Amino acid sequence: MSFEGLSKESTDKRRTLLESIYLWEVVKGLAVTGRHLIHNIFHTGDMPTMQYPEEKRVYSERFRGRHRLMQREDGTPRCVACQMCSTYCPADCIHITAAESPDPAIEKYPAIFDIDLLRCVYCGLCEEACPCDAIRLDTGIYEIAADSREKFVVDKEFLLHNRTDGTR
Amino acid sequence: MAIVLESLAKIVFMFLLIMGMVPALIWAERKGAAYIQDRTGPNRASIGGVRLAGLVHPIADVLKLVFKEDIAPTHRHRALYALAPWLVMTVAVSTYAVIPFGDYLTIAGKRIPLVVADLQVGLLYVLAVASLGTYGIVLAGWAANNKFTFLGGIRATAQMISYEINMGLAVMGLMLIFGSLRITDIVAGQGGMLFGWLPMWGVVLQPLGFVLFITSVYAETNRNPFDLPEGESEIVAGYHLEYSSLKFALFFMAEYCHMVVGAAMISALYFGGYQVPWLPRPMLEKHAGLLLLIVLVATIAASLLFAVLFMRRVARERGKFGDARDREPKLGAGFWFLVAAAAAGALALRPWEIGPAGAGVFASLFQVGAFVGKVVFFAWLFIWVRWTLPRFRYDQLMRLGWKVMLPLGLANLVVTALVLAAVGSGK
Repeated sequence: MSFEGLSKESTDKRRTLLESIYLWEVVKGLAVTGRHLIHNIFHTGDMPTMQYPEEKRVYSERFRGRHRLMQREDGTPRCVACQMCSTYCPADCIHITAAESPDPAIEKYPAIFDIDLLRCVYCGLCEEACPCDAIRLDTGIYEIAADSREKFVVDKEFLLHNRTDGTR
Repeated sequence: MAIVLESLAKIVFMFLLIMGMVPALIWAERKGAAYIQDRTGPNRASIGGVRLAGLVHPIADVLKLVFKEDIAPTHRHRALYALAPWLVMTVAVSTYAVIPFGDYLTIAGKRIPLVVADLQVGLLYVLAVASLGTYGIVLAGWAANNKFTFLGGIRATAQMISYEINMGLAVMGLMLIFGSLRITDIVAGQGGMLFGWLPMWGVVLQPLGFVLFITSVYAETNRNPFDLPEGESEIVAGYHLEYSSLKFALFFMAEYCHMVVGAAMISALYFGGYQVPWLPRPMLEKHAGLLLLIVLVATIAASLLFAVLFMRRVARERGKFGDARDREPKLGAGFWFLVAAAAAGALALRPWEIGPAGAGVFASLFQVGAFVGKVVFFAWLFIWVRWTLPRFRYDQLMRLGWKVMLPLGLANLVVTALVLAAVGSGK
């Protein structure tokens, strides 16, 4: 029997008598699965499964997790509301409203800085676009869950204090 | 009155045996599949921290299915749609009536045969009822009024017609040898020895018949590699696609009941049923004390081993989860120590001095245990095969049924008949 689209070698390969009886092949298959079963019963620790909420995978330091806004020494955001990140963002998930800064040395600051985490593709282009190193994706947080879409839109205050260990 | 009570007790025992094996098999299926595929499998659901290696999951499954909304398609055939799952389930359970689970039990001088209905035409009953099960599947597929369920039902029909014949042909060889359609006769006939050392089991007398029979049983139970009516990669979920909630649970349970029945058929017809190899009934009764001692000592050894394994976990997993699950190793070790203590307590009753009446009961129970052990093994084989073999393609299924198994079955029958005529031992 041959089928269109399959290569000639795969269809024309002649089976040996033992293979075409099929039963011996079934026994061989059972032996393979049986070996896995026995091995796993006595070596449960060898399985690659991770018991997720208790064990967590360690990611590389370069892993891009949830965003954070960097702070200056006085606690104000480093961001100068230049709109570079929101312009560059391929997912269009950053929404910034600029306001005039009270500090005479600084022109603007973000009055509103919202990120829609559901739209974000975690590409990291905002990090690269930022001239002030104000936005980073280095928190390592990947467990992002909420029970409504609105809760995924995070604001400036959230992003300024978005590190579980409390560092700036 | 006594006979009614007796039958009722046997029916209840059989029913509990099947219904008790179903959750155990679901557990074995999930956990076995996981271990075969190098996964951990179910291990989350717990009752007060005790997870029983995932055995709590079937309970959680049943609770979930009971409380789920029963969604039914609008264009169904109402009566048949409701009837189908019950038909499948009833048929799955009723095959059990004619399968002997033990020889006989003597209580207060009364001899009770351990089979619910000792029909003269037991084998025909099994074949007839087993094929009725397919009606449930066909009805389910047709009444749901869905193309995929319909295809599942059609496949079930074709598969039943092709494999029912092979099943009958395979069994006819046994009928010739044992000269009876009564399953108790067939099982009793397998108690002898061939050449003085080989158990005269059906599989020894009819090796080809056994292969044909087990293949047909796999096809009849719709288990892999013959689960084409379900065929989830081709026709979504096949015949039970439009069923939900408890109706789906019935189909699910019926599949496992069919497995238990298939395993019981294989062990009764081809593996001597309740017969213990090299230990016929008189031997069992004569050495009852010694055997009881061995059983008790083995129980103590096994439960102490389990207890030690749990104690190792106590030390290794102290405070691992930080919740009720941390109690589990201690509870497990305690349970197995209790079992060992109970068995040791039974030893103090001097079981090796068992009387003749007790020896009879022990021999009966030992044989029932042998039967249950065989059934458990063959039920496990169903699961093992499912997670080893891929599903047949439809044309392969038909070719195997009609062009390979049917001629082989006929040849097997003819050769058996000729040999019996030559030897002159046919009844």
